[in-house]
Amino acid sequence: MIENKEKLMSVRKEAENRLSSYDCRILVCSGTGCIATGSQKIYERFAEIAQETPGVTVEFGPHDADAHVGVKKTGCQGVCELGPLVRIQKGDNVIQYTKVKQEDCQEIFEKSVCSDEVIERLLYKKGEKTYKRPEDIPFIAKQTRVVLKNCGKFDAESLDEYIASGGFQALSKAMFEMSPEAVVNEVDKSGIRGRGGGGFPTGKKWKQVAAQAEKTRYVVCNGDEGDPGAFMDGSVMEGDPYRLIEGMMLAAYAVCARDGYIYVRAEYPMSVARLKHAITVLEEAGLLGDHILGTDFCFHLHINRGAGAFVCGEGSALTASIEGKRGMPRVKPPRTVDKGLWEKPTVLNNVETYANIPEIILRGADWYRSIGTEGSPGTKTFSLTGSIENTGLIEVPMGTTLREIIFDIGGGLKKGAAFKAAQIGGPSGGCLTEKHLDIPLDFDSVKKYGAIVGSGGLVVMDENTCMVEVARFFMSFTQRESCGKCGPCRIGTKRMLEILDKITEGKGELEDLETLEKTAKFVKERSLCGLGKSAPLPVLSTLKNFREEYIEHISEHKCRAHVCKAMQAYVIDPEKCKGCTKCARNCPVNAISGNKKEAHTIDASKCIKCGTCKDNCPFGAIDIQ
Amino acid sequence: MLEQSYYLKADEIIERYGKQAKSLIPIMQDIQEEYRYLPGELLTYVAEKIGITKAKAYSVATFYENFSFEPKGKYVIKVCDGTACHVRKSVPVKEALFRELGLSAAKHTTDDMLFTVETVSCLGACGLAPTMMVNEEVHPAMTPEKAISLIQELRKKEGTQ
Repeated sequence: MIENKEKLMSVRKEAENRLSSYDCRILVCSGTGCIATGSQKIYERFAEIAQETPGVTVEFGPHDADAHVGVKKTGCQGVCELGPLVRIQKGDNVIQYTKVKQEDCQEIFEKSVCSDEVIERLLYKKGEKTYKRPEDIPFIAKQTRVVLKNCGKFDAESLDEYIASGGFQALSKAMFEMSPEAVVNEVDKSGIRGRGGGGFPTGKKWKQVAAQAEKTRYVVCNGDEGDPGAFMDGSVMEGDPYRLIEGMMLAAYAVCARDGYIYVRAEYPMSVARLKHAITVLEEAGLLGDHILGTDFCFHLHINRGAGAFVCGEGSALTASIEGKRGMPRVKPPRTVDKGLWEKPTVLNNVETYANIPEIILRGADWYRSIGTEGSPGTKTFSLTGSIENTGLIEVPMGTTLREIIFDIGGGLKKGAAFKAAQIGGPSGGCLTEKHLDIPLDFDSVKKYGAIVGSGGLVVMDENTCMVEVARFFMSFTQRESCGKCGPCRIGTKRMLEILDKITEGKGELEDLETLEKTAKFVKERSLCGLGKSAPLPVLSTLKNFREEYIEHISEHKCRAHVCKAMQAYVIDPEKCKGCTKCARNCPVNAISGNKKEAHTIDASKCIKCGTCKDNCPFGAIDIQ
Repeated sequence: MLEQSYYLKADEIIERYGKQAKSLIPIMQDIQEEYRYLPGELLTYVAEKIGITKAKAYSVATFYENFSFEPKGKYVIKVCDGTACHVRKSVPVKEALFRELGLSAAKHTTDDMLFTVETVSCLGACGLAPTMMVNEEVHPAMTPEKAISLIQELRKKEGTQ
């Protein structure tokens, strides 16, 4: 039980001592990505080996005072594609291992845990060079980690480790050295803007709630990270749940709220589990509940799971969903700060925003402003995905250029392909192209080019991506997710999707482009909420930057990326075909003919382009043209 | 009419969240987790218990994509078609599963109630695209071939092949 400030200090001292008393810590990445590549089995294997080794006392999960070796599950270590990831930590000396298999565990334990050898073949490689320390890997070296500070370094479930790393110092500072107004002012001075996509100044929002006459107030966290291709918030909830909670507690202290809610999307079972665990631990420790640290400050935190509606990322829809209603946005004003959850003043911020707050309070607004740009201070996390060498979770100062992210951190495009576009901001965002590579990524600059920073999804595309199809893909998403309340969004997205379908099916006419543009602008201006207002952005930005591809689809029936099926033709390379007859036998419509041991041919008039022949050809003789 | 045990289970779940309107969504989520779908009879029962109209309960249940009034297969396969998976070719993976299982965009569950195939928009493992989730387990870097062999493995496990 941590009942007062002094106890928190002594717990911290003890936790620090314990942490430094380990001879070695085996940190197994347990982010969603690494679990998918089998890190749970790696964790279990290490646990087994450690237990079987005489003379080694091991600690798993909870603290054991005699342990010399700790086997721990951490949050995302960053380079998801090279998982399962394992770090071996001895004091400040850390080795990062990649693609660890179960059969490697014994060797790692003998060489790197019990002795000080490094296993070269498991290190991160780039070209001929190998990297031992995680902070030397270019992907990690070029990042600035504030929100993700602890991610991958600590046991995500351990309150002990969070406190040892300085956790709850910000809360203690706020509660004992600052008035609620001073906290609001510090956040305001830091200039932090909402990381959920809107970029609204957080301090201003808090000020508005603090100034309300109504005294019942709520603090709500938007963890409904619905943008396809974005997993930053999920990684924070999984990898450093206590930081998020501390941020929410600071908000609650600042605006005098007693209850908080975290709304997590249903597809993140791990985030839900880690947060639930963290809440239970904090309640037991007395850091959540009534009279926190012996003061009058009381705060209760609840978790709500989403139920698969993207629109619930919109503020008023999210609060409606917590209330047990259909998650439909309403007309504003009144705004959430005036009438939010249960019609009460509500601070609603996203995960990353809250996760920034403890550092701002602890290190001050001036420190925060020293990172990033004048108008957009601080850092931003991005999930870097698509056709890129290093996919994963990154954090960089606001104002970093796309070129730095893609080429310096991301290591360039996969297989050295040519860069075509980066889709930023998910289905509400737009495409940036080669000519935008050097613009600083911050809230205001990106907007000027018809895209948004959004929540931080960054999908890199090469020449194998058809931009018309990308626009169609996003439109089919927003059309499906439109809640149907307002006409412009419900009908407009449907009409736009129909036109995009028509073009990708090879039935487009040039007039369609005009209708498409007109509809897009209409929907953008007239929709009720952010979902509808931003839904046309992918269409408008591809029309602006890749208009020639739309025209090619319409006038020449050509898809240069060979993605649109209607414009594909499957052909057999007579040089490679050995006449094994496999394709002819597999073809569901008997479109392939030829004699045994002779090159076969496909009858284009019969072919339904299902791809079965190509998938099954043992000689790779079938190509799409 | 459902068996009595269903109603007892529902009572237990209602108890967990309290008899109030705001508990509707978590109650429905737990019922669905238990039975892999939301039986209509139970929804009516819950509505009455927590004091909301049947119409209100149905309006909420039908709004959210996660709730299903149709029983699902033993293995629910969620093929991710988020942006990152989409550009790394998730559609051929879904099509291969459809072909292998005789399913389509209109028919999601196999007749033997073994497999349900759905599309979702992001599982949060974008670094390993394309991905799919079988029940709670995420499978990374899928290809049509890997998807089909996974189905065959599961069938073997179930002794249907």
